[in-house]
Amino acid sequence: MSELPLRAQLAAALGRGAASLSRATGRGDGSVIGGRIALKVEPNLLAELARGRRIALISATNGKTTTTRLIAAALREIGEIATNEHGANMPTGHITALANNPKALIGVLETDEKYLPQVLRETNAVVVVLMNLSRDQMDRASEINLLAKKWREALAASQAHVVANADDPLVAWAGLAAPHATWVAAGQRWKEDSWCCPECGGHLKRDPDPHWECPECGLSRPYTTWSLDNATDTVTDPEGKTHRLQLRLPGDANRSNAVIALATAAAYGLRPEQALPRMREIESVAGRYTSIVTKGVEVRLLLAKNPAGWLESFAILDPPRVPVILSVNAQVADGRDTSWLWDVDYTVLRGRRVFVMGERRTDLALRLETDEVPFEIADSVDQALTRLKTEQPDITKVDVIANYTAFQQIRTAYGRVQ
Amino acid sequence: MSDTSSTLRIVWIYPDLLSTYGDRGNVLILRRRAELRGIPTEVVRVHSSDPVPEEGDVYLLGGGEDRPQILAAQRLRADGGLKRAAERGAVVFAVCAGYQIIGETYGDDQNNPLPGVGILDVRSGRGDTRAVGEIVADVDPALGVGRITGFENHQGRTAIGPAARPLSTTVRGVGNDGTTEGAYQGTVIGTYLHGPALPRNPALADLLLRWRVGEIPPLPPSWGERLHEERLAAAL
Ligand SMILES: [Zn+2]
Repeated sequence: MSELPLRAQLAAALGRGAASLSRATGRGDGSVIGGRIALKVEPNLLAELARGRRIALISATNGKTTTTRLIAAALREIGEIATNEHGANMPTGHITALANNPKALIGVLETDEKYLPQVLRETNAVVVVLMNLSRDQMDRASEINLLAKKWREALAASQAHVVANADDPLVAWAGLAAPHATWVAAGQRWKEDSWCCPECGGHLKRDPDPHWECPECGLSRPYTTWSLDNATDTVTDPEGKTHRLQLRLPGDANRSNAVIALATAAAYGLRPEQALPRMREIESVAGRYTSIVTKGVEVRLLLAKNPAGWLESFAILDPPRVPVILSVNAQVADGRDTSWLWDVDYTVLRGRRVFVMGERRTDLALRLETDEVPFEIADSVDQALTRLKTEQPDITKVDVIANYTAFQQIRTAYGRVQ
Repeated sequence: MSDTSSTLRIVWIYPDLLSTYGDRGNVLILRRRAELRGIPTEVVRVHSSDPVPEEGDVYLLGGGEDRPQILAAQRLRADGGLKRAAERGAVVFAVCAGYQIIGETYGDDQNNPLPGVGILDVRSGRGDTRAVGEIVADVDPALGVGRITGFENHQGRTAIGPAARPLSTTVRGVGNDGTTEGAYQGTVIGTYLHGPALPRNPALADLLLRWRVGEIPPLPPSWGERLHEERLAAAL
């Protein structure tokens, strides 16, 4: 990276300075402010910083932070990696990640869905990893069909190798435009956004699962070379070899992230045997899946930002005796509109002790009442735990599911747990 | 259907095309508020590849993106079931994209007018700006619903023809044009209150039930009323 033009070098140095200042003053992890300052000095900075590196971009509605972490962990087997592990997934965050690791020849960048076309153009990424697209924060995000169309156009104009989930019709439709692709059978639990053909609008025929095809235009699920079997916790690679995943991260959603990560590692020449041991070391990602022990209770933190995310979280809840605390906010980062609560099926919580909290707990209360799930109102995790411990002293585990800012508030209350 | 012992048929039109964000809430709350009064219900989900049954009591249509909206309108027009049901006096409650397509015309993404189902005398097109945020409006006093609250997220602008009336007068937000919100004609209602408009406004849900089954006993106030008051206080 020594050929970086002087102006870009200066910009990158300025950005690094601002980032460490931001960290030192405790205002954040510095990934956004550093990039923002650097971009002012050199608008082409992202392209300059990316030049000569083999960049992978990871995008999806759900799981992109975790998958980015899994891929970065695997690719460290090859050498140094530049990655935005704090989840700052817009160009300013990418600039900071690349500027902080000038020697890294590989970049692994989580990318916001809306920014994917622009970042793909600027970084000339060699690999684009696409997992899923579903409804999310409609008050500020694009409509997802439009998003998929923009992905499709950007991929058609690129030389990128796509690693994509064939089980999500919107993702597959976008990925089919890329010049090269690795198709992964990574599964799709949330199907409410893909009953219609992305090409012509026809009602998709979706059986036997995971096959899908459009009876009107013929668009169909691409042939996959990697596949996942949740029941046996195994991945089958293109040579037909099976590999036990044995992740520390819980649930089918993370198995799905892992098979995508393995296929991506393979695009960089890494075999699953080399990639898996490093992926297995990860047990939490920016506070997600972390357990904190307080008042003698093991409290596990789960992040769920949208209906598909809540569905995944419900699937990994501990057995029915374990109480669950739900927290929902509607700040800008969460989306100001709580309508999505009605897309989540809460009936699976029946029989469990449930607490609701957060700035929009009244919305959540009505939602649970409608699904006939008994619940109690709480002001904080701490208050819920105190009540629980008083009434059920033998409680040892509690799960917490929260949306974005609600999650960050809880995480901060327990000392910004990783 | 004045006899409350028979089943209330709630027909959810095209959840595969018109169900952008929380539209399911209207189905769930209508069913719950009917059943709490001892009115048995049946929910019929009609996919865009299926015919629309004509003998339903309440028809619900949700929001949708541009292309699904066009497809839904084409299919509903070709099918004819919804129009025949409305002519028979069924209740129709349509939200956002659904509101636009039950009108006479609506605009595509280039703002070209396209024909709607034609059961509500309104004409919709696209405005210059997107209306996003909390909305508050006072419903036509003739309907006895009072003040409603919701979230709007649309670029539509709607003009109301002589056969329909504005559903409400806006207190905050944009609605049809910055002054009125939604429209009604007989027992057909359209509104820009997006997604779960009925959960957020129990009185509006009860209006739809009254239209179909006659007088219904009040329910003790619960979380729906609490949410209604909380959102009004937050928005004003
Ligand atoms: Zn098709």
